Amino acid sequence: MRTLLGKMSLSILGLIAAAPAFAQEDGYERDPAAGWDYLWHEIVIDITVIGIIFSIAAIWMVWKYRTKDENAVGTAPKLSKAAAIAWVLIPASLFMADDFFLSAKGWTLWNDYRRIPDEAKEIRVTAYQWYWEFDYGDEIITEELVVPKGQPIVLRMTSEDVLHSLYIPGFRVKEDVMPGRVTYVWFNPKEVGEYVHTCTEYCGTAHAEMATNVRVVEQEEYDAWFEQVKEEAKAASLNDNTQG
Amino acid sequence: MTMQTFKEWFFTTDHKRIGIMYLVGSMAAFVVAGLMALLIRLEQSNLGPTITDNPNEYNSWLYFHGAAMVLAFLIPGLTGFFANYFLPLMIGAQDVAFPRINAFSIWLFYGAIILAMLSFVIPDPPDVMWTGYPPYSISTTSNTAFYVFTLHLLGFSSVLGAVNFLVTVIYMRAPGMKWNQLNIFTWTTVAAFVLQLIFIPVLASAVTMLLFDKYLGTNFFNPEAGGDVLLYQNLFWFYSHPAVYVIFLPACGILFEIFATMCKNRVFNYKACVYGGIWGIVGISGFVWVHHLYVSGMPDWLRIGQMVTTLLISVPVGLLVMSMWGTLYKGAITFNTGMLYAVSCLFLVLSGGLTGIPLALTAITIHLSETSFVHAHFHFIMAMFSAFAMFAGIYYWFPKMFGRFADGPWATTGFIFNIVGVHVTFIPLFIIGVEGMPRRYWDYQMFPQFEPYHQVATVGAFMVATGMAITILNWVRAAFKGKVAPENPWKSCSMEWTHAPNCPQAGNFPNPPSVTDDWSPYGYDDREANMAATTDPGFPAQVKPAE
Repeated sequence: MRTLLGKMSLSILGLIAAAPAFAQEDGYERDPAAGWDYLWHEIVIDITVIGIIFSIAAIWMVWKYRTKDENAVGTAPKLSKAAAIAWVLIPASLFMADDFFLSAKGWTLWNDYRRIPDEAKEIRVTAYQWYWEFDYGDEIITEELVVPKGQPIVLRMTSEDVLHSLYIPGFRVKEDVMPGRVTYVWFNPKEVGEYVHTCTEYCGTAHAEMATNVRVVEQEEYDAWFEQVKEEAKAASLNDNTQG
Repeated sequence: MTMQTFKEWFFTTDHKRIGIMYLVGSMAAFVVAGLMALLIRLEQSNLGPTITDNPNEYNSWLYFHGAAMVLAFLIPGLTGFFANYFLPLMIGAQDVAFPRINAFSIWLFYGAIILAMLSFVIPDPPDVMWTGYPPYSISTTSNTAFYVFTLHLLGFSSVLGAVNFLVTVIYMRAPGMKWNQLNIFTWTTVAAFVLQLIFIPVLASAVTMLLFDKYLGTNFFNPEAGGDVLLYQNLFWFYSHPAVYVIFLPACGILFEIFATMCKNRVFNYKACVYGGIWGIVGISGFVWVHHLYVSGMPDWLRIGQMVTTLLISVPVGLLVMSMWGTLYKGAITFNTGMLYAVSCLFLVLSGGLTGIPLALTAITIHLSETSFVHAHFHFIMAMFSAFAMFAGIYYWFPKMFGRFADGPWATTGFIFNIVGVHVTFIPLFIIGVEGMPRRYWDYQMFPQFEPYHQVATVGAFMVATGMAITILNWVRAAFKGKVAPENPWKSCSMEWTHAPNCPQAGNFPNPPSVTDDWSPYGYDDREANMAATTDPGFPAQVKPAE
């Protein structure tokens, strides 16, 4: 028993020392969505292993020590002081090793989420009960988000009324949108397609209907769309002027 | 019921009767909030309007379900009913320190229940979710005041209860009973009340500011006038994360009592469990609230710092879990319905606890926050682990409370419906949560592919409803007509079984017990010596247990 505990504690000390080294391994490209999928995969393995170990232990003990004899008593030995301390330090070290390992990985991915690439294009987002507005600059404001493929996008977001939260599951991004504060998310649209974009902070009656699609299109198509929106904006402002 | 019995119950200061009244009140809240859950699941079972075309109605169901389950069922069930009934019996006390304050607590609780139920008849019921975030809770036309006043009443009730029970444990333990001779349930309850005492005032101040903002024109949370919307969320979760442990810890305490008795074993590594596990959780609980605000625009350093503290919760929780598993080791395990629920809790705590690990990581939570993954995660811990632990405790202590067994084929049938039902409900929600299904949605037109999963979940909810209907009817039947139980039917060493008779009368103990240093509530290895370590020979010696 004593030598087993000794060996286990040594290997655990080693594990703790090595945890950050494991974490530095570079298994994915620096892209939040891909990084999310990669870390999620690792973490599912991590918790599945822990879950299976504890489940097997529980099933085994409940099966092995069952009895019909109501007068039987358990025979678990009383722990010596050393064993009691070891049974604290060893599990605690194991759990902490896993915690620090995951923290290191999580922190790395977090930095990718928060570090906006220099070439990112900025679009301002304003949330209302219950719709979104996207401000491309030069007074071009749309109610749908269209972005060119391969162009990193940063959304700077605020709200005009209550809390909302911008969520694009396809890009693995989400951040609350608040009155009186500006928050941001960035993403890298790598595939052409339509991505659901919805609200995930409860905001009242039509909270569940505050969704649009993000359209990721080829650069040429984007340019054409942008020209068209620009023309429409110009026409609208002319109309306003004549009416005014 | 005659006038006399009505008066006896209405004016009672007996901790056991107050406990039973907490049980009835919290189960009533559970039933109504459970019906809300069925309405919610029905509405979600199909795309488009299913049973209501008014989202506001759906939102008020969500509000009632969440607020009532957490604040009127789980917390009062665990710290009201279980603590009231069993804690004085476990420490050998004849009542709590302040019986009349205890009676005041229960009537405050009933006041809160009545106020909460009134939300079904007023024209503009609260629709602010149990979290009540401003500015929505301020700008909404619904009646946020009901939410605030309900919380105030429950808060007063809990704070008074906390003071009462802490004083009881500190001053009214049986003569000779040292701290390290307390039951684990007593420890977990003490820890839960310490948390309530520290953190409830923070919640109370937050919702009071909400009230002032909405009705008196102050601007605590109004950015246009220099207020800050995030202030409320910080205050709310500074209480409400520890509130999870106010529920989790006594639930674990109940399980420890059942495992120790049904395995006839000492609690594995008692001191590590108490000082590392229980008090470790209390120590860290105040430093992790930001994990509820990972996508709320908090400063980066806070989000990363509290990612580490949140993950470190796994250390004290791990020690608790090691002690729980260790208590089974080399046990002499016999089964009753309480033990069935308790064993299922071993797996529920794994599913619920381990799915919390990805949610501790800030970057992973960015995608999962406010999805049905989170919804399923906390239901596994709160709705299933904690509620199943309560049901385990009710079955286990049923002979103590009513002098009759509630075990039997109906109890097992109810258990099977419940355990299968909760998995059928929540596993689909885990899956679509990872795919991006948001919570608190009346409808999900943008995600038509999730409809089959919602349908499976709805089927599961009705299985649970069936199981709970069987379970509750079975309790009511057993309380009046169940098989009569002998004293100490599970052959426990704990004081509520050995020294207090079934259905204890006022004063609890025929001979108030005192103990020596050799006594332990888990002294199974030498029962005779353990009984000899108390002044009163106790029940196994006085009453021959039925063979």
